[in-house]
Amino acid sequence: MNIKLLKLLGNNARYSIAELATMLGSDEKTVEKEINELESNGIIRSYKTVIDWEKIDTSTVSALIELKVSPQADYGFEEIAKRIMKYDEVETVYLMSGGFDLCVMVRGKTFQQVAMFVAKELSTIDAVMSTATHFILRRYKEFDVVLCSEKDDDRGMLSL
Amino acid sequence: MIDYSKILNKCVTEIKPSGIRKFFDIAEQMSDVISLGVGEPDFPTPWHIRSEGIRSLEKGKTRYSSNHGLLTLREEISSFMNRKYGVDYDPASEILVTVGGSEAIDGAIRAVVEPGDEVIIPQPSYVCYEPITLLAGGTPVIIETKAENEFKITPEELKAVITPKTKALILPYPCNPTGAVMRKKDLEAIAKVLKDTNIIVISDEIYAELTFGDEKHTSFASIDDMRERTITVNGFSKAYSMTGWRMGFACGPAPILSQITKIHQFAIMCAPTTSQYAAIEALRNGDADIAKMAEEYDMRRRLIVDGFNKIGLTCRNPLGAFYAFPSIQSTGMTSEEFCEKLLYSKKVALVPGTAFGRGGEGFIRASYCYSVDHIKTALSRIQEFVEEL
Repeated sequence: MNIKLLKLLGNNARYSIAELATMLGSDEKTVEKEINELESNGIIRSYKTVIDWEKIDTSTVSALIELKVSPQADYGFEEIAKRIMKYDEVETVYLMSGGFDLCVMVRGKTFQQVAMFVAKELSTIDAVMSTATHFILRRYKEFDVVLCSEKDDDRGMLSL
Repeated sequence: MIDYSKILNKCVTEIKPSGIRKFFDIAEQMSDVISLGVGEPDFPTPWHIRSEGIRSLEKGKTRYSSNHGLLTLREEISSFMNRKYGVDYDPASEILVTVGGSEAIDGAIRAVVEPGDEVIIPQPSYVCYEPITLLAGGTPVIIETKAENEFKITPEELKAVITPKTKALILPYPCNPTGAVMRKKDLEAIAKVLKDTNIIVISDEIYAELTFGDEKHTSFASIDDMRERTITVNGFSKAYSMTGWRMGFACGPAPILSQITKIHQFAIMCAPTTSQYAAIEALRNGDADIAKMAEEYDMRRRLIVDGFNKIGLTCRNPLGAFYAFPSIQSTGMTSEEFCEKLLYSKKVALVPGTAFGRGGEGFIRASYCYSVDHIKTALSRIQEFVEEL
């Protein structure tokens, strides 16, 4: 398995096969084959784009919800997590260690919409004992991508 | 009224300042310039190294260290040189911690070169060797290395310039700006020429950890019979991204090192103590950081070399450092013309090869210590420029 290839694609899904082949010192046919294998093995799950939605005028609000869950005999963490993840509003579901059980990230158009979603869809699940909703106020870095503009390079133009 | 021309050291005033200073200044003033012109890593110093430096300040380690450098650091340097390059240096008498590799080169040349001595310097290469030789009263003797020889020195070229006055040979490999590397076989051939001479070799190996391809870096002192005549210079700037910390070292036989240390004692006292503590951490736990950065550079290297060749600017395969040195001869322009026109028309800053010696005419230096996206953008602007010629 080509870890270097994965790291490159992980950083930028839009590298062309030719560019990947050059950077890896490989050839296009091999790279294409490797990518196909990674995709069919479910190691590459998707090629999503990290978008700074706040820069656009669309109102969008996200929240991180901590769920404390009481798993039943035939309805454990797994089932609850898989039920919650089916909602379009739900971007992320993690099973966590520590003070709460499931971390759910939800996206909506307004604060009220998100709060209503939590109240109507998540709190009402039998196994859910409590929820704590935290709204995201500002994103700085997401999936290794810096969103706030930070001029990182102070090296100047030229040096010998 | 003081006439400064009468009081300043002519040896210094006669050294020509870098011819491209003007060009640098223009590039800095323009906006939206994309540069491939710097000579230092884009990675910040790894956190654990920075933390160690900060911790040493918090603990109040702000006094002079031993002139030679902290003993712990010298022991780590000795261990580093041994495990990486198979060369043994005694921390007590054969290693000096300096203010960057720059001070080590200066000290080495000053300890060895007397007025009238000849110093063989391959070019194109880093700009400091000639001026420092002149300041020591020596005579630079340039070997114009050739593209067909991958900018390495050949034994024939070396033999042709050795005279009874030759005191030292500078070996700057891996090389800035050419990216050239001398493999073991190449160095052995040079060693053969030097074997029955008294010529001292100053081996500037600052880019040693950025060696690509099938072979790791060979330190000149590891070649049979060469240790007794070699001053090995290395440091932390390029390998560990510690340029601003000013950390380097010189290693060599005790009789030479003791004299370099003498100069260092009087001129510098000691290298920055904070940096030394950080450097210890770098050597102890930084191998993984080097490997990660080197891997990244390797990918960018392939990308930029391929990019230049596709544009029609023939670029040989640089096997070290982080510079590509493509030829712009196909455009019919001089290096300076090319870089100036490129800067004004496409706002891309590159360094003309002539900054590194006459033999750099017809070449340009492009650093790849930038992100892949940055390199790609620069290449596409350069391509537009060349197509519009």
